Amino acid sequence: MKIYIRSSTCISPQNTFGNHNFLTEVVEYNGTRLNAIEPDYKEFVDAKLLRRMSHIIKMGVAASMDCLKKGNVEMPGAIITGTAYGCLEDTITFLSRIIEQDEEMLPPTAFIQSTHNTVAAQIALMLKCHGYNNTFVHKGISFESALLDAMMLLKENEADNILVGGADEMTDASFTILSRLGLYKRWPVSNLNLYATKTRGTMGGEGSAFFLLSDKTSEKNLAELTGIRTLYKPGTLKDIEKKVILFLAENALKMDDIDIVITGKSGDTAHDDIYEQLNHSLFNKTNLANYKHLCGEYPTSSAFALWLAANMIKNGMVPDAVVERCVLKTTPKRILIYNHYQKIYHSLMLVSAI
Amino acid sequence: MDMSSSVYIAGLGVISAIGNNVAEHLSAFEREKAGMGDISILDTIHRRKLPVAEVKLDNKQLAAITGLPDDMSRTALLSLVAAREALTDAAIPNRESFRTGFVSANTVGGMDRSEHFFVDFIEDDSKGKLRNVYDHECGSMTQIVADQLGITDFLTTISTACSSSANAIFYGARLIKNDVLDVVIAGGTDALTKFTLNGFNTLMILDKAFCKPFDEHREGLNLGEGAGYLVLISDRVAKTLNKRPYCKLSGYNNSNDAYHQTASSPDGTGSYLAMKGALEKSDLKPADIDYINLHGTGTPNNDSAEGTAIKRIFDPEYPPMSSTKSFTGHTLGASGGIEAVFSVLAIKHGLIYPNLRFETQMNELPFGPEKRFLKDQKINHVMSNSFGFGGNCTSLIFSGTSK
Repeated sequence: MKIYIRSSTCISPQNTFGNHNFLTEVVEYNGTRLNAIEPDYKEFVDAKLLRRMSHIIKMGVAASMDCLKKGNVEMPGAIITGTAYGCLEDTITFLSRIIEQDEEMLPPTAFIQSTHNTVAAQIALMLKCHGYNNTFVHKGISFESALLDAMMLLKENEADNILVGGADEMTDASFTILSRLGLYKRWPVSNLNLYATKTRGTMGGEGSAFFLLSDKTSEKNLAELTGIRTLYKPGTLKDIEKKVILFLAENALKMDDIDIVITGKSGDTAHDDIYEQLNHSLFNKTNLANYKHLCGEYPTSSAFALWLAANMIKNGMVPDAVVERCVLKTTPKRILIYNHYQKIYHSLMLVSAI
Repeated sequence: MDMSSSVYIAGLGVISAIGNNVAEHLSAFEREKAGMGDISILDTIHRRKLPVAEVKLDNKQLAAITGLPDDMSRTALLSLVAAREALTDAAIPNRESFRTGFVSANTVGGMDRSEHFFVDFIEDDSKGKLRNVYDHECGSMTQIVADQLGITDFLTTISTACSSSANAIFYGARLIKNDVLDVVIAGGTDALTKFTLNGFNTLMILDKAFCKPFDEHREGLNLGEGAGYLVLISDRVAKTLNKRPYCKLSGYNNSNDAYHQTASSPDGTGSYLAMKGALEKSDLKPADIDYINLHGTGTPNNDSAEGTAIKRIFDPEYPPMSSTKSFTGHTLGASGGIEAVFSVLAIKHGLIYPNLRFETQMNELPFGPEKRFLKDQKINHVMSNSFGFGGNCTSLIFSGTSK
């Protein structure tokens, strides 16, 4: 069975939502944090509902509704989300009130909207969608887990038109905590210069990307989602190389068949060494692209990468803004996404032209 | 992929307020010994006001049992106790030769430690011990336990409120059916936290006395904590066991109520679709079900919606049913896992668990739950319900393999 990406919508720190050219005007950020550019949500959500929604719920709901509209589907067969941190804003609001008010006189709203399944639940509620509904919350492979679930549902013939997405929000508190944990650079940098600084740390990001998956052919389909694989602490570089080769072989492909690899390079020297080494070994003959200078680093950023790959295939071009090394003269037909989060969770996604 | 292949249950592990392992739970059921009481471990202003069902071991004791440090989240400590029991119980020969995964669920991850961190952090954001917030994420709990169990092939975490671990179990089964894995430890864990206790308290659905699920005069739920896991195995692995598997997971369904973020629809649409879907998946008729382990939280809203949905499906012949939350309290993200263990044990030992403190049948329903502990019953098919916030409704069906 072939699985297709019918449509996709991304809200990110770049102009990826709405009628914009495909990453032609890159937004520059100076600092260590990239904030998502918020669309006019009123187009997608009732103003009364909007006031109560936190940032991640708005990003998730708007991206979903737009994705369904693009795919010309009113009612998805299933709704599956991936989020590592969940509804941080509401969680921290409720937690802070517990401490500040010593557990007394607490309003319930923040708690109600703090559960990790709130985004998927709100989408179901707005659509009155009674179908399968699931939420994965596993660190750097939250989105990949959701995607695997969607692909299995299609293969099992349990549902069609599956809405699947990844979303994470950055709040002031989480940015402060993650900075203290050493995830981000110690001095402000430009995202356009992220890979040149050669220092520890990256830039924090956030966003929401949703996809409509189907096993039905359609002229509208953007690309084929050929395969996915996650790896946990794979060990040495040789192990990673072997797993990549095996993953490709399972899809009857070799490295030479891949037109371009999108890697999860983050500008953190402690994490990018894997990509650097692969770029000189297994990936040494292939074209290369990066994306984290556009959306920042966050656990579900691979959803941005999948949005990028699907659109590269649909538009038949590789935007200059993502190129690390590219001599591709024709349109990209096969794209491999390889990302790792903190070297612990690695993922491979294979996207093909139809 | 072979979707028609069976997924068997080879091992069980559970910890809750009524016991630290499977044997202690069976004993507590027979003695009709509930786990609720005054709060003694959780540090909260609600002590002596709201009863909860705490696991009767503090973090130091759990750390000693598990070998984990005692400043680890209680969520992970509870998880490791039950997951390790399940894996030991399964006793799979040559497990290293099989692709093994850990699919665990929880709702608030390392929140118990984050609560300590935030006390200092909200005063001054350069303060707060980072170790207390490092494992805040739900996924961290799963990773900590997988590392202890030596599982590396596949791990993931599900969080769909109170249906979380029921979804983890059937996601695990599907990973086997899709030939991604051969063995999956699946279930969930949740520790009591100030966050959840206060959250449910603001919703005014906590009973100040011990809960009375499915009673006309029920007044809410009691929160509990714990962890419960099943070891799921493929046909191929089942053939290598030196024992018979307990039973198989024959049906499952996840449907959404799509009615309200926290309340169930009056006609229990989501619950109805979940039960109906699970029956269809298992190819069983309502009359084939020998026991229903209810979601039965004890809130007016849940029990009314669940009862209405059961009526729509089972009327006029109702199988025995009960809410074991009358023993364990509502263990949230762990409840689907814990109650799956009870469902499997019901088949294995021919048991029906009593619904404690039930007195008055609900006016709107033509049936009530079983009050007695029954042994030596012929139990072949058990339905287990788990419904949660966000309209997430999941039903599982376990079936014996004797026929």
